[in-house]
Amino acid sequence: MKIDRRSFLALSIGSTAGIHLTPLPWKLMDDMSIWTQNWPWTPVPQDGAASYVNSVCGLCTAGCGIRVRKIENRAVKIEGLPGHPVNDGRICSLGLSGLQLLYGGTRVKTPLKRIGERGAGQWQKISWKQVIDEISKKLSEQRKSGNPQTLGAICNSDRGTTSHLLNRFLTVYGSPNFLRTPSVQSSYEIATTIMNGSSGTVGFDLENSDYILSFGSGLLDGWVSPVRMIRAHSIWKDKKARVVQIEPRLSHTAAKADQWIAIKPGTNAALALGIAHVIIKEKLYDKNFVEKYGFGFEEWKDEKGQTHKGFKQSVLENYTPANVAEITGIDVAAIISVAKDFAKSAKPVALCGSGDGGAPVNLNEMMAVHALNALKGAINNKGGLQIVPNPDYILWPESEMDKTASKGIQTERVDGAGGKKYAQARSLLNRLPEVINASSESPLQTLLVYNANPIYTMADSVAVKEAFSKIPLIVSFSPYMDETASYSDYILPNHTYLERYEDSATPYGSVQQLISLARPVVDPLFNTKQTGDVIISLAKAMGGHIAKAFPWKNYRACLEKTLGDKWKTLAEHGYIVAKKDKAPDTASAKFDFAAQAVNTDSKNDAVAPADFKPADLDGDVTAFPLVLIPYDTMRLASGFVGTPPFVIKTVGDYILKENDSCVDINPQTAAKLGLTEGNKVILTTPKNKASVRVHLSEGILPGLIALPRGLGHSAYDKFLAGKGVNFNALYAPMTDPVSGLDMTWGVRAKISKA
Amino acid sequence: MKNNHNNGKAKKFGMVIDLDKCTGCGSCMVACMSENNVPFKADETDKRLSITWMLVYKLNNGKSHPDYDECYLPRPCMQCEGDHGHSPCVSVCPAVATDYSHETGIVSQIYTRCFGCRYCMAACPYHARYFNWWDPAWPADMEKYLSPNVSPRMRGIVEKCGFCFHRYQLAMDKAYYEGRDELEEGEYQTSCTQACPAGAIVFGDLNNPKHAVHKIALPDSKHGGRPKNPNAFRLLERLGTNPKVYYLSSRKWVRDSGDNYRPDEK
Repeated sequence: MKIDRRSFLALSIGSTAGIHLTPLPWKLMDDMSIWTQNWPWTPVPQDGAASYVNSVCGLCTAGCGIRVRKIENRAVKIEGLPGHPVNDGRICSLGLSGLQLLYGGTRVKTPLKRIGERGAGQWQKISWKQVIDEISKKLSEQRKSGNPQTLGAICNSDRGTTSHLLNRFLTVYGSPNFLRTPSVQSSYEIATTIMNGSSGTVGFDLENSDYILSFGSGLLDGWVSPVRMIRAHSIWKDKKARVVQIEPRLSHTAAKADQWIAIKPGTNAALALGIAHVIIKEKLYDKNFVEKYGFGFEEWKDEKGQTHKGFKQSVLENYTPANVAEITGIDVAAIISVAKDFAKSAKPVALCGSGDGGAPVNLNEMMAVHALNALKGAINNKGGLQIVPNPDYILWPESEMDKTASKGIQTERVDGAGGKKYAQARSLLNRLPEVINASSESPLQTLLVYNANPIYTMADSVAVKEAFSKIPLIVSFSPYMDETASYSDYILPNHTYLERYEDSATPYGSVQQLISLARPVVDPLFNTKQTGDVIISLAKAMGGHIAKAFPWKNYRACLEKTLGDKWKTLAEHGYIVAKKDKAPDTASAKFDFAAQAVNTDSKNDAVAPADFKPADLDGDVTAFPLVLIPYDTMRLASGFVGTPPFVIKTVGDYILKENDSCVDINPQTAAKLGLTEGNKVILTTPKNKASVRVHLSEGILPGLIALPRGLGHSAYDKFLAGKGVNFNALYAPMTDPVSGLDMTWGVRAKISKA
Repeated sequence: MKNNHNNGKAKKFGMVIDLDKCTGCGSCMVACMSENNVPFKADETDKRLSITWMLVYKLNNGKSHPDYDECYLPRPCMQCEGDHGHSPCVSVCPAVATDYSHETGIVSQIYTRCFGCRYCMAACPYHARYFNWWDPAWPADMEKYLSPNVSPRMRGIVEKCGFCFHRYQLAMDKAYYEGRDELEEGEYQTSCTQACPAGAIVFGDLNNPKHAVHKIALPDSKHGGRPKNPNAFRLLERLGTNPKVYYLSSRKWVRDSGDNYRPDEK
């Protein structure tokens, strides 16, 4: 056959067309994409039998129920536990990322002993036996010196058996210095002690409220019990309850509220009193409640027979809407209308404690807001605040004390809580650095840190580090290499909350009395130990009456014994809702408008609920013309747990850009400073400086800048370390003169182009 | 394997997201990542390169203080039906790696077929598709939490939300095992729906008048499922992509930001 041009072309065109009509090219393309994807480093997750384990989330104090999906012995997904009273199957982004903490690269895998300089990251592996031996010997020696009160412990909660074991250890050792991380609950506790005469904690019956007046509480930004608050918000939407958010920045809570009142920061107490003024003047308050339970509403006489102005008169005289408008920068009309709306609602409630509630509030504001609730009878009533008795299921026999212990326990607490000056406070961790730095030898010689990361979460990081450097022995129980663990002498790693048994009692803010049981979802991955077991071993190693105070074989035995007949139900269901067998504490039904507990002495008049005292911020106004306020977001964890990679991924590029935190600034203020979106600036406060970027937002009052909490970690891995700025590093705490808690709401600042 | 089941009636799975209830907390985003083996990198602040099948946008009304207002809008894949199954991405895929299922109404993504031309990303008006520029890496022991129900992807391919299709498969397997062809409404729910603390996401079969999604959105089947509920809207309705994700808002400016308008319109 002759191959001419014509047949050659016909053949080549024909075969090209022919091949394309066959599946061959498509098949090849398909195969090629499959071949090019069969890389050995692409994981193929192993399949197997699926199962679920029910437990409790341990990443904050809200205590949501979780169910964890497992494939064979691997945990693959955390979900909310349906039917649980706190979260009913719902779950927040942090709770969802728990497995990244469990399997992540920040775990401490075995007990460690520091060998290099403190904080240099040089560690030596050590066996559990040896580490308990070494620490118990040191503690015994320290005790022999006759100053057992030099042992201290920091813990995020005083509830649950592990905290109780730690506290018991301190007690029999002879130290009163059990320090709890402060939060808005510390403020509520002090307020109820002073005004209700009750030691119970406050529960918020918000699902039943119909008007929520929030003085900056970030109800949708992680406040107290994040998932429960968001669920409550949906209930409010359905039943058309009204939410009024009072804060200088448009947080998510403010954006979702029915009304946002942009107030000058630091003036909440004045607004609360202005609202009280209108309610009293228009006679809209709950006369029945005020007459039946209130004290000091009208003129009153103290024990010495001296007459004092009543709350009513003080408020009527000093807090007219016009005065309050001047202080707070809010319209007179708005003050009056909010007061009337609040007073005319059937079940209103007023809340305070800004952001996620991780920081306390000044007592002044707390008492003024609490008084608003009293005016409307929103205390121990449906939809209001409920005074919930403290959990009482941990009933251990009184421990035997030796002479040293009895003497030590009588000494004044290192933080001054419960002492003469701060009689109502239970714990004032915020004062610790100041106290240590003021003395030549640290009043704490040994510090145990459990479920806390004080070096990151406490104000004025430089001072905190200085104070910690003066403590000769720091022992961390952290399962993760956080800032405090990195700066300790020994790390005795706890199991993560997914590897251990642990009870958790009534979460803060809950109106129901609840006990939940966390249980191991997976077997411990590393050579870690439940801290309860470590404390029991330490006590046994110390011998004598200390060992006797811990008669249990191990933590599990202690837990089963403590929970008694509840253990079986807990092991099956994961949680128990305690029946309200007791009527509400009648003592707490009284309401002291005069706050006599702190106010009998006329010197203290400044803290009367009916007074607003503007707090002076550190620093010179001309040198620092702006005010920096912190804010919280659901997408950053600012407590003792670091934000996991998944959650960091959800953070907007207007909050974190590359490794820079962004500060919110009003376009007007930015224009004055010649700044545009994304500019890099140096943020300076009287205490420190940092490099940040600006984010222009109409959602913040002019003259302010706002920085998110939860960034600026130096510890953890590359997914968190070195990202952004830690607000806590930028300010020194302002101590509330009466409660002793930190009452910082802002700090003077300036910004200049980098 | 041959079985005697049919797949029941044709479904149109869809979602209604109540923007009045959504608080922008970001749970849906993480619920999605942890369910679907979504990778992460050290720096995720360049959002064009950050793989988020579910993404919560922050909208604002463009006004100044005190009239300034914000709204949060979660955006999964819209599972566009387009014009009889011609969703924008499906029409352009040269590898049939993405397809429209008339059985479920879900737009699939078959990773091993994708060769990374990214036509679909260009075609998608919702930016719901993401490209793997790097090989994913799970540090430390994190490979242990990977779910066997979703295959991990690799460098060079496109991925997106598929309404947790594996959950549909698992639910159907269970139903078949129990001798049923149809699922109850709650049996197949996406991970984001399940996690949402606000309960703002409702998921179900838009074809089934008994399902909440149908009752809320009231899809008009004559007009490609356009919602009859006056507070409901779909994103870029006028493109005719006929998405199966509906949004609810009582605020007009929010509903208006779902589409583009010329200044002389409205």
